Amino acid sequence: MEKSIKVFLLFPREQVNKPIAYHLVKDYDIVFNILHAEINNTRGELTVELTGSGENLEKGLDFIREQEVEVRLFPQSIIRDENQCIHCGACTGICPTQALSMDTGTWLLGFDPDKCIVCEQCVTACPVSAIDVNIFE
Amino acid sequence: MAKTFEEINAKIRQGQAVVVTAEEMVELSAEQGVKEAAKRVDVVTTGTFGPMCSSGAFINFGHSEPPIRMSEIYLNDVPASGGIAAVDTYIGATELSRSQGMAYGGAHVIQDLIEGKSVRLEARSPGTDCYPRKKIDTWVSKEDLNQAYLYNPRNAYQNYPAAANTSGKTIYTYMGRLLPECANINYSTSGELSPLLKDPTMRTIGMGTRIFLCGGVGYVAWEGTQYKTIREDLPNGDVYHQGRTVAVMGNLKDMSGDFIRAAVFEGYGVTMYVGIGIPIPVLDEDLAAQLAVSNDHLYTYISDYSAPGHPSLKRVSYAELRSGNAELNGKKVPAAALSSLNKAREIAAALKDWIGSGEFLLQEPIARFPDEQTFKPLMEKEAR
Repeated sequence: MEKSIKVFLLFPREQVNKPIAYHLVKDYDIVFNILHAEINNTRGELTVELTGSGENLEKGLDFIREQEVEVRLFPQSIIRDENQCIHCGACTGICPTQALSMDTGTWLLGFDPDKCIVCEQCVTACPVSAIDVNIFE
Repeated sequence: MAKTFEEINAKIRQGQAVVVTAEEMVELSAEQGVKEAAKRVDVVTTGTFGPMCSSGAFINFGHSEPPIRMSEIYLNDVPASGGIAAVDTYIGATELSRSQGMAYGGAHVIQDLIEGKSVRLEARSPGTDCYPRKKIDTWVSKEDLNQAYLYNPRNAYQNYPAAANTSGKTIYTYMGRLLPECANINYSTSGELSPLLKDPTMRTIGMGTRIFLCGGVGYVAWEGTQYKTIREDLPNGDVYHQGRTVAVMGNLKDMSGDFIRAAVFEGYGVTMYVGIGIPIPVLDEDLAAQLAVSNDHLYTYISDYSAPGHPSLKRVSYAELRSGNAELNGKKVPAAALSSLNKAREIAAALKDWIGSGEFLLQEPIARFPDEQTFKPLMEKEAR
């Protein structure tokens, strides 16, 4: 199954010239979309969106790490601990996309992952620490 | 056809009492009229599960050998009172951990004890002839404690203002995160299921009232701190009540982690969600009429938490807040509850089961609380 992940790559000074993108595309069939790039005296920073099969993404990330490039994963979605959640609704008022909302019949908290933009506003607004971010599945 | 507590208790003992939750009472009254509902129903159960800062627990540890008069006490590094007798303490829900700050507090200690976890007890003492020991560092769990009971000085607020923020920056309050320029409204109530909104003059709730407290049996112990009686007759004939509170107590050892929860409000601190259910006997039609009042006839005021004194911006019905949006300054603003209606329903249903099974009898108040009382501010006086 195809999926997209956002990653932040940190190139140490010595590794700035490595053709990472080329290998990801050619060897792992990954679509490589640069969102932000910056190179300074000490290092290179790259924020990219990678799209490919789950298996290829895993292999691709391993390849990047082997090049001594540091990989930091962006949160993919929020995760809710069903055992912790008390279904109050404190998160629903500050969720900007209504991804979190109350079922007005059962008054249980509902979550629509398609609407979630992973802004993480809910993580600290939850009074019982029931919400966290999922880094990578 | 008025009923008495004794008559209703006799029915409960025989398993004949008709018990409904406050939500069911609202529905039944709408369908069949208050008169019929008053005749048919004996007890209405209420429930609420919300953050209630004014909570805490009394604990007695028993004596060590040699004994110590604990004057500086920490439970899991949260300070507890060393100001009562040698091995008694009171731990307040909002007290913060010395090492973890706002991430852990008194409420967490109480929850840990209820859930059977071991809690580290550290205490110091100057040492006396009768209590020579100066230091103790050990672990306790609820079975080890002689007494451990919640005593919450102010719970189950009758009605609480909803919160908004007219300022230009986000504020972090005990009413949660309030976005600038009134971009959200937070409120805290179970509305038509809320104990003191359903018996608004507290005819049947007073000292000694037996209640559901955090999964166990508890009692109303006194009027809640800051108890006041505010009544406003609205132009449409509805009545707005606000200000009554209760102090409650109950055995911590009988409580369940399902109905109590330590919580952290970012930028504010630690508090505790407390689950309370109060049974209200349907003594007569007047009381039945109160019990039949629905969310569209129950109101609160939206207050501006960014301004001193939290001035009211607007009156709003709980039905409107429950819709998920409320109108404020001509805009539809998201409204979110801090209390859990789902849990409140669970509590009202559990209490209904207890009474239905004959194991929980109603206790008529030993003393009623004031019909009229105001709340005084703190006037600062010149030092003498």
